[in-house]
Amino acid sequence: MIHPVTLNLVSFWRGAKVTRLATHIHPTFIPRLSNDHLLYYTQAMFQFFLRRLLFMLLILFFVSLVVFTVTTILPGDAAQMILGQKATPATLAALRTRLGLDQPATLRYVRWIGGVLRGDWGESLIMNLPVAPLLLQRLGNSAVLALLAWVVSALLGIGLGIIAGLNRNRWPDRLITIVTTFFVSFPPFVIAVFLIIVFSLWLRWLPASSMIDANANFFASLRFLILPTLTLTLGSLAEVARLVRSSLLEVLDSDYIRTAHSKGLPNRWVILRHALRNALLPAISVLALNVGYLMSGTVLVERVFAYPGLGRLLLQAISQRDLPLLQGVALLSAAIYTLANLAADVVYFWVNPRIRYS
Amino acid sequence: MTQSISLPTQNMAGVTQQFDLPKTSTRATQSQWTRMLRNPTALLGLVIVLIYLVLALFGEWIAPYPSTEQHLNDALQPPSSTYWLGTDQFGRDILSRVIVGSRSMILLATASTALALLLGAFTGLVAAYFGGWIDEIMMRATDVLLSFPALLLALLILSTLGSAMSYLVLCIAVVFAPAIARVVRSVVLELKTREFVDAARMIGASHSRIMRREILPNLMSTLLVETAIYFGYAILVGSGLGFLGMGVQPPSPDWGLQVSDGRNFLLTAAWVVIFPALAIASLVIGVNLLADGLASNSGNHHL
Repeated sequence: MIHPVTLNLVSFWRGAKVTRLATHIHPTFIPRLSNDHLLYYTQAMFQFFLRRLLFMLLILFFVSLVVFTVTTILPGDAAQMILGQKATPATLAALRTRLGLDQPATLRYVRWIGGVLRGDWGESLIMNLPVAPLLLQRLGNSAVLALLAWVVSALLGIGLGIIAGLNRNRWPDRLITIVTTFFVSFPPFVIAVFLIIVFSLWLRWLPASSMIDANANFFASLRFLILPTLTLTLGSLAEVARLVRSSLLEVLDSDYIRTAHSKGLPNRWVILRHALRNALLPAISVLALNVGYLMSGTVLVERVFAYPGLGRLLLQAISQRDLPLLQGVALLSAAIYTLANLAADVVYFWVNPRIRYS
Repeated sequence: MTQSISLPTQNMAGVTQQFDLPKTSTRATQSQWTRMLRNPTALLGLVIVLIYLVLALFGEWIAPYPSTEQHLNDALQPPSSTYWLGTDQFGRDILSRVIVGSRSMILLATASTALALLLGAFTGLVAAYFGGWIDEIMMRATDVLLSFPALLLALLILSTLGSAMSYLVLCIAVVFAPAIARVVRSVVLELKTREFVDAARMIGASHSRIMRREILPNLMSTLLVETAIYFGYAILVGSGLGFLGMGVQPPSPDWGLQVSDGRNFLLTAAWVVIFPALAIASLVIGVNLLADGLASNSGNHHL
């Protein structure tokens, strides 16, 4: 769940340096690169990518430790927790053996992570199904929803941010600021509830839940996706819009823009070729952060709309105390989030070679 | 040796600065408040937050009915003069439940923000001040915690601990602390290179004294803004957890849970859902307006 002042999030996430770097030098001032320089940049980028990748693997290792620790060691006896107070000693012992709880924790961790690496994510205790295929299927459902929302909020957010930035302190700017402040203050499930009331209850245009029939054609199921997508979009739109706005304002105040204006370049040219290129850079990191919002958001939204995604699987795993499933969902979510951040770093480096990764 | 000889001239300026700074920083905080009161949107935010604070403190006496009293004959009544905001499926007065529900929400948000701030400020301050391997370890730890989407980490912790109020507070604090630590660290990294810190070190102040008396006062405006921001966050996450049934346990009123329970009647009795949802939204809007006001006044945009 991320919110207005996510502008802050951006800076601490990437470590304040990055957001500031982007804006002061005009891109065309970078001298044309010789072959040697190109080679140097390619190498630098490769090294950067490699270092980030190794770092990500390290992070994922620790993440898996956290998931394992939280799910199996903290509660004391997982078997007791699963079976409840009424369990007989015999069933408890049986479940302990099945979960491997009679073995030391380090051995269990090594087995679990070894299985995960080989693609064997264990077996769900309740459904008696292997976890991996189940995760993949639900991940597909959630990904459709999240990707749709991500793309729409990125495009809409950047557009609104540009409009607001170009009309500083005039009514379009004020309107956009007010509306985005509103939506960023609503938890996703509250937005969902209001959307259902408007579009399903009053207007009767769209269905209030997403019981998707597997055989339904694409356009029929698209109708079910509109409200969940809109919910997530409205929630994550604001950060993008506000960040683009403030970064555009910062760029418009800079010297090279004044130079461009005083050279007599047409306003449109200055904005399109000079201002936007730099102003949009910070948006890349907020788009990666949005992935985090979307993943938290989908848990809530999937519950409101009864949408069969990863979030519902997570809630199900929690309520049924299905440990292997819980570990799987948690690990997968964290892995996706980490990957999104890696992708953002790489893209950022790629579009902005001035960053020196230290 | 040459260094220690050349430094005293700098030191003279540094010493005067050192004694000035705590005073100027409190003055800055005061004028920050007065300036904020002149900003109409921030003032609106402050008023909203104060109203909810009053409701949280005195809700039980303000509410027209006891929040858990069931009027089964009047189940799912629309808003009327007897039940201003209608009743839920058990005939409980929604206005009363919204009013009384503010207490657990405010309590949760206040406690978790305070704890997160304590943890985050301490970690960030220590990491940035000492640098080196301490910084490295602490920042890698925050990296790991930040690799989880906030709500997922909270759910993961709560799913094993169970949802008591203290666990909720702990869990939200753990989720927020790394983010706060990052912000504090970036500010301290800049502060510790200032002359007044050198000056304090020259007159023999200990590390803990420098951190408490020299750096911390200068962090206050940052921390104030962070408090407002994370208070809003805490309400979002807390109500989300409540909505997922991991928050305050029934029959005590909880806004998130009220929305969740009312979903089944959404198409027939929308008021069950609308009012607690509006309560969450208006409180967060209030907090965010306040946070924006504080942030723009302190000139601390982080951008």
